[in-house]
Amino acid sequence: MTTTTTTNTEPDLLYSEEEEALRSAVRDLLSDHCDATEVLARVDTDAPHDRELWKNLAETMGLAGLLVPEDKGGQGASHREAAVVLEELGRAVAPVPYLTSAVIATEALLACEGDEAATVLAALASGRSIGVLTVPLSAAPGQDFRDVREQGGALTGRVTGVADAGAADVFLVPTASGLFAVDAGAEGVTVEPQVSLDRTRPLAAVTFAGAAGRKLTDSAATAVRRALRAGAGMLVSEQLGLADWLLTETVRYTKERNQFNRPVGSFQSLKHRLAQLWLETVNSRAAARNAADALAANSEDADIAVAVAQAYAAPVAVHAAEEALQLHGGIGMTWEHPIHLYLKRAKADSIALGTAGRHREELAELVDLRAP
Amino acid sequence: MSLDAAQLRDRTKEFLTAHPPASTSREDFLSARFDAGLAWVHYPEGLGGLDAPRALQAVVEAELTAAGAPDNNPRRNGIGLGMAAPTILRYGTEEQKQRFLKPLWVGEEVWCQLFSEPGAGSDLAALGTRAVRDGDTWVVNGQKVWTSNAHNARFAILVTRTDPDVPKHKGMTYFVCDMTDPGVEVRPLRQITGEAEFNEVFLSDVRIPDAHRLGEVGDGWRVAQTTLNNERVSIGGMRVPREGGLVGIVAKTWRERPELRTQDLHQRLVKLWVEAEVARLTSERLRQQLVAGHPGPEGAGMKLGFARLNQEISGLEVELLGEEGLLYDDWTLRRPEIVDFAGRDAGYRYLRAKGNSIEGGTSEILLNIVAERVLGLPSEPRTDKDVAWKDLAR
Repeated sequence: MTTTTTTNTEPDLLYSEEEEALRSAVRDLLSDHCDATEVLARVDTDAPHDRELWKNLAETMGLAGLLVPEDKGGQGASHREAAVVLEELGRAVAPVPYLTSAVIATEALLACEGDEAATVLAALASGRSIGVLTVPLSAAPGQDFRDVREQGGALTGRVTGVADAGAADVFLVPTASGLFAVDAGAEGVTVEPQVSLDRTRPLAAVTFAGAAGRKLTDSAATAVRRALRAGAGMLVSEQLGLADWLLTETVRYTKERNQFNRPVGSFQSLKHRLAQLWLETVNSRAAARNAADALAANSEDADIAVAVAQAYAAPVAVHAAEEALQLHGGIGMTWEHPIHLYLKRAKADSIALGTAGRHREELAELVDLRAP
Repeated sequence: MSLDAAQLRDRTKEFLTAHPPASTSREDFLSARFDAGLAWVHYPEGLGGLDAPRALQAVVEAELTAAGAPDNNPRRNGIGLGMAAPTILRYGTEEQKQRFLKPLWVGEEVWCQLFSEPGAGSDLAALGTRAVRDGDTWVVNGQKVWTSNAHNARFAILVTRTDPDVPKHKGMTYFVCDMTDPGVEVRPLRQITGEAEFNEVFLSDVRIPDAHRLGEVGDGWRVAQTTLNNERVSIGGMRVPREGGLVGIVAKTWRERPELRTQDLHQRLVKLWVEAEVARLTSERLRQQLVAGHPGPEGAGMKLGFARLNQEISGLEVELLGEEGLLYDDWTLRRPEIVDFAGRDAGYRYLRAKGNSIEGGTSEILLNIVAERVLGLPSEPRTDKDVAWKDLAR
């Protein structure tokens, strides 16, 4: 599929009124249906995804179709709005397949033409079907995928580390001969959950043993590249949401926690660390907005904007989680306190869709700062 | 009703027709521009402005720049324009505003700032320069330090101690000091760069008329807050292009001189490039918030980020240059009129950047400001608030 690019003269780095309204709606839903205690209890079961929350978010609010044009069954919004949703989902470490289905799989399908892709896309956009691209969560944009082979429409191979595979209704499977759709319940498809560091976005191994695939496009590489670039660019907003929640909670806690007859938040050694974290979060917000705006505008600058944002914001979310844990003292180390959910998500996110180091390598080429 | 952008554009065009830059002398042009209210449009009428929204200044500047009009060389009088003027506007009497603002804006009179002292840096309110009343004048004695532009300045904004018997914040008074007074002695203060960009200023029986007092006696701390808040506002007004700061200089060297590259430097360079780009985006976001009329608290943190980045990038540059990094262009004591952090050579940039985390509020003080004013964290217990100034440790 051909896409038009625009020259990015002045990215809009603010939130519009509509985006702020969307944020409050999502935040309201999450505070009613996704508090930390619930998430903690849920990840300890064998059904880690919150199906009811997903139904509310994806179907009732229609947010699964934000990136899909109206004539293809979606809401005709853009990455700017999807980024706001991801910020809020990050703030709540919500166990829903939004990034995987509504962003990554959706973007892969948007790169395809034809009736088959249109049908799957419309189903994903409606929120009634969950789609997952079968690549490892750690895959970076530009990586090549040959784990699955296709012969006469039958797919064979095994992919490990696939995020949200346990919740998928349909898999999008890249092969050397094209991108294929395979129903999760089809004969010859096995999904084995893996014990994951981040149980709010659980991984699974997906095995295809002669499973029947429907071809979506000949050029899997183009579709996967587009999907992973958008995924990486949108993940930044989730990382921002994580950092924002961690900073807010830690500031609140250090104001209330007394030691040595004063709030621990009055000690300069702690205040300076929190101020530093605030600065990093403020920077992450600018980088995240820039990436979302560049993707929404399909700007020439999008590759750079995404690489810059990932390279910067991924370590910030991890730093925020590590500082939050330390500044909470003993309580931060307990199972009952939700910080560990954020730490595990932030650390997993720092590997997801390419590490910061990998994005820096990519960037070095893009901006002509070549290695020796 | 204040003017809108279209009306302001028309006014600027009319002004340019009446005062064509090509055939008007610089002095006449600037003087007429001030009188027409196009100097700083958000100032009151009669004082160089039109009571228009501050953001519309950009409309005027764009028209004037397009017409090739001369400017008032704002970098030569940064303290005057950025700090003295808003303080005079807020606290000055009508006579003071009429006397000082126009020559300040047109650049006829340069200003400096007599705030810091050898014994009062981050703790500015501890300052000890004494002003004692003698009828209609005040007699001032003391020493100020880190005064940029004192050697070019006609006037200074000055904070003094007028009552040592009350707690430090309550006993200060703010004045305009005439730098040509015989009791004012300006000595160059040589820095680690070899330059004397700053000065020490010794005040010995300087006589300041009471008519040059800004604000009430004893209210100097509040007046000084206006000055210092404006210091921090002045950052973040302009769009900066990618690679616009020191990182652009290093990136250029990297591209042009592949023989200098190493793996370690490459890792560090790309990391700093990312941080510089993100800092640029944050300042652009701040600018957009200002234009939209919703200034965010981000401004408080910008200087912190730039100080650290300038230091790391300039440090990397010296290393990248290897053998050349061992050299320095010139240690001669000079007195520059305009300071350019990106000027001269890599060694200068490295040394000059060390001041970025000290001048205009140390990074440690700025972190406190962010923690307390933005995040709302409690302040440290204070032992100096209820003690008379004369009883403080020093």
